[in-house]
Amino acid sequence: MTAAAPPRLFGAALALGDDNLVLSQRLAEWVSRAPDLEEDIALTNIALDHLGQARALLRHAAQLEGNDRSEDDLAFGRAERSFTNLLLVEQPNGDFAQTMARQVLFDAYQIPLWDALSGGSDATLAGIAAKAYKEAQYHFRHSSTWVVRLGDGSAESHRRMQSAIDKMWRFTGELFEDGPEATEPDGLRAAWDGRIAAVLAEAGLERPTDSHFATGGRHGHHTEHLGHLLAEMQWMYRTYPGLEW
Amino acid sequence: MDVPHVPGARVVIRTLEREASARRLLDGVVDPEIPVVTITDLGIVRDVEVEGSTVTVTVTPTYSGCPAMETIRADIISVLSRAGFDRVDVTTVYAPAWSTDWITTDGRRKLRDFGIAPPRDLGPDPIGPVVCPRCSGESVTVSEFGSTACKALLRCVACLEPFDHFKEI
Repeated sequence: MTAAAPPRLFGAALALGDDNLVLSQRLAEWVSRAPDLEEDIALTNIALDHLGQARALLRHAAQLEGNDRSEDDLAFGRAERSFTNLLLVEQPNGDFAQTMARQVLFDAYQIPLWDALSGGSDATLAGIAAKAYKEAQYHFRHSSTWVVRLGDGSAESHRRMQSAIDKMWRFTGELFEDGPEATEPDGLRAAWDGRIAAVLAEAGLERPTDSHFATGGRHGHHTEHLGHLLAEMQWMYRTYPGLEW
Repeated sequence: MDVPHVPGARVVIRTLEREASARRLLDGVVDPEIPVVTITDLGIVRDVEVEGSTVTVTVTPTYSGCPAMETIRADIISVLSRAGFDRVDVTTVYAPAWSTDWITTDGRRKLRDFGIAPPRDLGPDPIGPVVCPRCSGESVTVSEFGSTACKALLRCVACLEPFDHFKEI
């Protein structure tokens, strides 16, 4: 936890901003390395959507904080322990199946989350959520299509897709834990379960058992991977403080 | 213009004229990635307010991550500054969220003429198929993601040409 407990809305905007920022950075690692050109463009587009959502959320968080920190200061000036993103989004890309497993598990969480937040009392957050809700549906259509295609594909693609889902599953318990206000609306888990069950069934994949969930991201306790990601993302800004593109 | 003898009327009328002139200038700001449509065609200009020599333009982004927004912001500041406004503020609003339904009829026509299938109406009626902007033939989706955040890549099954589709949100 950061030293002073931040106001709830600031904490929520920051946590949601961090989710999108970190995932965007991960997806951007695929640029020029995706299996084909269309997929390269798709992953880049999705990364851009998440980046745009992150920027809007961090800008809003900075305004809520009213402490002269900018969107860039929040993105590039905080250390690992101050990031409150979910562990799921910081997991390395692995093979393409792992990236799609991470994405489908996260997209299925974001759709009902944005839907709920778009009816919230904070007008800016509601506006960001309403826009992001539309984008998350595109993302889910893309990720779920791939999970079905790989799960229901060759023996090798099925094996890899199942192993990817198994690998990412232990980070999904955290999606539904108590965290900053407004990030866990009622019914989120049921909506997520429904979507994921349908995808796994169509893909012929098994739902892993719910045990040994890794958590802590919302409190700044991360897996070893986040520090490396931040080092790459932040070094330019830290080398030249206040740098603008 | 006939100015009635009302105290302050001249200032009000001048402000309204300046506002109208600012709006006309914004009609000339094009989308940097699809230069056939203006920001007015796209429906992203939400408000224009003039106070003295300051103009505040409120815009809403199309897609959250649309990189064109930075250029659009710079273009708005540039065109209004050159027109004599001492201060140009561009603010962003997120609510209500932009929808492709806000693209004007003229904007849709320009997109089609440029070879981009315009977005379909998301209104109450069921959504129809995307047709080829060249020959109006039927199409198949190649990828839901295209050269920019707002477009998908399709192919016409009649003339076989690939084309961009401005996707509905």
